[in-house]
Amino acid sequence: MQENWTHKMSISVTHNYTDQPEPEFSAEKLLEVQRFINMYPEGKQKSALMRILHLAEEEFGGWLSVPTMNYVARLLNIQPIEVYEVATFYTMFNIEKPGKVVLEVCRTGPCMLVGSDQIIEYIENKLDIKVGQTSADGMFTLKTAECLGACGYGPMLQCGKHYHEHLTPAKVDELLDTLRKEHSDK
Amino acid sequence: MGRKLLLEHANVPGIETFEVYRRNGGYRSVEKALKTMSPQNVVEEVQASGLRGRGGAGFPTGMKWSFLAKPEGVPRYLLCNADESEPGTFKDRYLMEKIPHLLIEGMIVSSYALGCNQSYIYIRGEYMWVLEIVEKAIAEAYANGFLGKNILGSGYDLDLAIAPGGGAYICGEETALIESLEGKRGNPRIKPPFPAVKGLWGCPTVVNNVESIAAVVPIVNDGGAEYAKIGIGKSTGTKLISACGNLVKPGVYEIELGLSVEEFIYSDEWCGGIANGKKIKACVPGGSSVPILPANLITKTAEGTDRLMTYESLAEGGFATGSMLGSGGFIVFDEDQCIVRNTWNFARFYAHESCGQCSPCREGTGWMEKVLRRLEHGQGHMHDIDLLAEINKKIEGNTICPLGDAAAWPVAAAIRHFREEFEWHVTHPDEAVKRNFGIASNHMPLV
Repeated sequence: MQENWTHKMSISVTHNYTDQPEPEFSAEKLLEVQRFINMYPEGKQKSALMRILHLAEEEFGGWLSVPTMNYVARLLNIQPIEVYEVATFYTMFNIEKPGKVVLEVCRTGPCMLVGSDQIIEYIENKLDIKVGQTSADGMFTLKTAECLGACGYGPMLQCGKHYHEHLTPAKVDELLDTLRKEHSDK
Repeated sequence: MGRKLLLEHANVPGIETFEVYRRNGGYRSVEKALKTMSPQNVVEEVQASGLRGRGGAGFPTGMKWSFLAKPEGVPRYLLCNADESEPGTFKDRYLMEKIPHLLIEGMIVSSYALGCNQSYIYIRGEYMWVLEIVEKAIAEAYANGFLGKNILGSGYDLDLAIAPGGGAYICGEETALIESLEGKRGNPRIKPPFPAVKGLWGCPTVVNNVESIAAVVPIVNDGGAEYAKIGIGKSTGTKLISACGNLVKPGVYEIELGLSVEEFIYSDEWCGGIANGKKIKACVPGGSSVPILPANLITKTAEGTDRLMTYESLAEGGFATGSMLGSGGFIVFDEDQCIVRNTWNFARFYAHESCGQCSPCREGTGWMEKVLRRLEHGQGHMHDIDLLAEINKKIEGNTICPLGDAAAWPVAAAIRHFREEFEWHVTHPDEAVKRNFGIASNHMPLV
């Protein structure tokens, strides 16, 4: 799989265009948004963009649809294109809808030295998918990530905000079971 | 046991709370600086300490501070670079996770020294739970009067906030970090103008690594001269080393600069030797961007003197037989590791992380990745090895930021020291996909 910066650039944001209405943050989350904006001097509200995009992903199904990005643009009083260009640059933002649970396994040097390739292969076989794909039940999306800063505690993967370190096949089994239970009724 | 200036209290239960941190001598440097020292005094202490930037480049922090432009009526900004993404480096995460108030204390004293009233910590987006730890600590510091208006009645105001990145290695480059903090894509800026003149929102800005800022705390507490007594020559003080790879005890260690590499790798006090009783094959001592060292050049220099954990000793011999201390991401390879595979892995990392702004880096890193993948999978040609060197030369020095150089150096060094292993991949394509080359002759001492 060829993967470099052009890969993500080539996904036009129109691919995920839907006629869905723009989502809206709850009153409580809007207060959060205001707190992020207040961290910056007046007129520099655009600086809060990344923080708000992370929040939007969390709130609106784990990805950034075009309506979501348009909504964020409106909140910050900036052009939608300013949001699109940021969302497509940073690899953490999903601009296509992933499975309910996204597993990102670190594959960079230090993790590779302690067996990340084997862990990736193990998950691929267990879920019967390849890296970049989502399991048939729509539960798990498997991705690889570049160095996540847990080099001494590898092999490891990130799921949501959490790191799972010192992975073994047995630990992966346990983790997948727990995640499946947690998310099956959502 | 060496002195611990940063991590001394890291394992005290509850040290992440203001109360416990304060009880263990925390925030003394803020009291001392704001009540008894002028901003210039603090800068002078940092200059006297000889502290060098802990992010990787090793540029003297005091000198960087002295470059900050101070035009009237224009705000100045201090940004803390917590976008730790260099493969092999996880020390800043450890520090922020364990003892977040140390970073905040350092930010207050450093901001005071530079005359900043608003400072930011830019943390990589993957460390979202660390962001929450630090943000909680910031709130505690506000509640106890160490942040906000008129800190400790000194008349000095400081606001501190934390901002997340989005998973881009390039944002560890200071001008890309500034762009990102402005809510844009992380494309590095052309320098000059340097951030010290035109940085965040066009204002004078200093960007320092987490560990550099934390080190200002002991420097102010004990004095720069005292700090400079630790270490050797121009490598003063202590350094956090994040050790990983095939080691018995990987992890984050605070060492006094000047410790011998041999002791660091093999002593039970530190890494405890190579895991599973194997032999060492190679070592990348300062994060993935620095040149790799073969077994015979790790604990000894080419001249046969002991290799030490200092900026100078690790660099001895230049790129021919030396490396760099870099960020302190210390990666150790055992005899079973394949250098070609690892070089390909790192090349893939840089190809993935290139921002795409400069053609030599955008295209060159992609080509190197492809050629190395071909070699690793037994489909390479002998001339590929020279082709890599050729691509290298076309990237190095031809890009806006140092990511291009950082991508080129590890490939050049791997070929320089392990050429026969690359050639073996070409001459034995069937074997290359099944087994590794082993240590070969590189464990022999140089004659």
